[in-house]
Amino acid sequence: MELALIQLLNGLQYGLLIFLAASGLTLVFGILGVINLSHGSFYMLGAYLAITLTSLTGDIFLALALGIPIAFLFGAAIEWLFIRHLYDRDHLQQVLLTFGLILIFNELQRMIWGARPQSVPIPSYLGGSIKLTDVLSYPVYRIAVAALCVVLALAMVFVIQKTRVGRMIRAGESNREMVEVLGIDTRLLFRFVFAAGVALAAAAGMIAAPIESVYPGIGERVLIISFVVVVIGGIGSIRGAFVGALLIGLADAFGKVYLKEFAGMIVYAIMAAVLVVRPGGLFGRAN
Amino acid sequence: MTNDIRISRRHALALAAGAGALGFAGPLARPAIAQAKPIKVGLLLPYSGTYAQLGEAITRAMEMYVKQQGGALAGRQIQFVKLDDESEPPKATDLTTKLVQGEKVDVLMGSVHSGVAMAMSKIAREEGIPTIIPNAGADTLTRQLCAKNVFRSSFSNGQVGLATGKAMVDAGIKKVVTFTWKYAAGDESVNGFKDTFTKGGGQVLKDLTVPFPNVEFQSALAEIASLKPDAVYTFFAGGGAVKFIKDYAAAGLKSSIPLWGAGFLTDGVESAVGSAGDGVMTVLHYADDVDTPENKKFRADFKAAYKSDADVYAVQGWDAMQLLDAGLKAVGGDVSKRDALNAAISKASFKSPRGPFKLSASNNPIQNMYLRELKGGKNVLVKTAATDFADPTTGCRLAS
Repeated sequence: MELALIQLLNGLQYGLLIFLAASGLTLVFGILGVINLSHGSFYMLGAYLAITLTSLTGDIFLALALGIPIAFLFGAAIEWLFIRHLYDRDHLQQVLLTFGLILIFNELQRMIWGARPQSVPIPSYLGGSIKLTDVLSYPVYRIAVAALCVVLALAMVFVIQKTRVGRMIRAGESNREMVEVLGIDTRLLFRFVFAAGVALAAAAGMIAAPIESVYPGIGERVLIISFVVVVIGGIGSIRGAFVGALLIGLADAFGKVYLKEFAGMIVYAIMAAVLVVRPGGLFGRAN
Repeated sequence: MTNDIRISRRHALALAAGAGALGFAGPLARPAIAQAKPIKVGLLLPYSGTYAQLGEAITRAMEMYVKQQGGALAGRQIQFVKLDDESEPPKATDLTTKLVQGEKVDVLMGSVHSGVAMAMSKIAREEGIPTIIPNAGADTLTRQLCAKNVFRSSFSNGQVGLATGKAMVDAGIKKVVTFTWKYAAGDESVNGFKDTFTKGGGQVLKDLTVPFPNVEFQSALAEIASLKPDAVYTFFAGGGAVKFIKDYAAAGLKSSIPLWGAGFLTDGVESAVGSAGDGVMTVLHYADDVDTPENKKFRADFKAAYKSDADVYAVQGWDAMQLLDAGLKAVGGDVSKRDALNAAISKASFKSPRGPFKLSASNNPIQNMYLRELKGGKNVLVKTAATDFADPTTGCRLAS
């Protein structure tokens, strides 16, 4: 029973983090119609940014405050350089170009930060633990991670539901031609959406850095799991990504303990099951 | 478009062929002088990437040994030819070939990464070139794949696991959970541990693993807490070891469930883990404070030469040279007498900084194993857990 409760905590915390990473992917996929294979690289970028900025500022939260705008600008630049040429092209070309970006980002990462696994210190004021059982305590920073993910998720929902940009995004998602006819500058809108997606993935990487070991190739793992979440939730659906991410997080945490032999497969089994019942994903448009 | 690609590929091929020809022409262009030639020792070690520090420590100790002998062993000058293996097994075959056929080295030494050492030992077996492994711990190198010209100056993963299992039985531990990365080295270490631990009456409650080099330990820690073993046996190293020791302490497990492991868990990470590491128990074939004149002198010399402390990897590099020295003395420096050289190396016996050193029938060290406790950023020697401890020669034809 105790173990189940702890795994519930672990699963929620992991799920919230995946949601943050996957939400950008689903936005870009749903609104821009671009399959972005380099999405995981932005998570990796965030993790390495956390290393550099934490060593400069001495605190992960200051690093976050600096890193998110940096990632946003970087995303805007990548959109202007590469991604904007991919709209209205077929998915194969998108896959090729964004796969090329993965290789470039990996090489850049090696040149700047090297191949040694590195770690980011947990801030001392969050270094404590909360006693859960007679043997086990739960690190405070992990609770902070979950809380931070919830705050960022709420901010994202607020932007999408309550602001003018959000209305454009939602309109663009449901009917892009109509938005263009209404005279809204979709080029800027798309640049904003892509940059926001990059910032979200980088934020997830930065927040996760102190509880992860940061090494080359962490992005690939996140990319695959993000795609699974997007497919389960339904392409372009933020709500779907949220439900999908929590589902995957919990399945992974409980799977590791109760279905050890299948732990590696369980995530994909869930994806397959969802696709059989709802081919468009849980919250996808039925088409 | 397609035309462009074809042309550029042809260019690339031509370039590659040219480069290859140059590479082979180099050694051939040199005049062959038989007598006064130095002995060429090929070093295939990591000088970049994750294991760069290990490669450096090994190389430094080797160079220090030759320097202390006046630059020559058995009257022959020693010339090191260094190649960076980058710890990338796919590149190992090419690099080894470059040393053996391109550079015509007389002796091979390497490597740190077991994947690299496996590829290297395959060529070594085919070529019959005397080869000394100063670190890589893959069991098979001195078990199924043993050879009369391949020697190890370090350890095998199973050997350290076996010794740790014995030490944990001796400490009165009855129930254990094991936890490691799911990869060859982790499996070998845990299998060694389980062998002696269960034979000593211990019980393994569960084997937990995470994929390499994943460091998401939270689920495993929760499980360890719920299983309530007497202790935990782990095999982690480097960055993963730092994180695991810290997470273990943060989860509040340290006070109730002692953390044990193969010595790599706490080697080179002492300062990084800080107070979270206090009380972690490990077993290894070396401890800094082994109380012998050889060790004291070795550590003092190393410190004086390189301004940094010697570690277990430096000791392994040092002993690789001690092995070679013993072999060369027996053949009067004539490396062409390979059979006699190999036979002499396999019979070598000397005082290593780690204690008495000799090789088993499968050419893996027979050595002491030390129980150490991490205290205040130092691995403090508690006691000798086992003397003259050998790895089984399972599957080795030399030993039958």
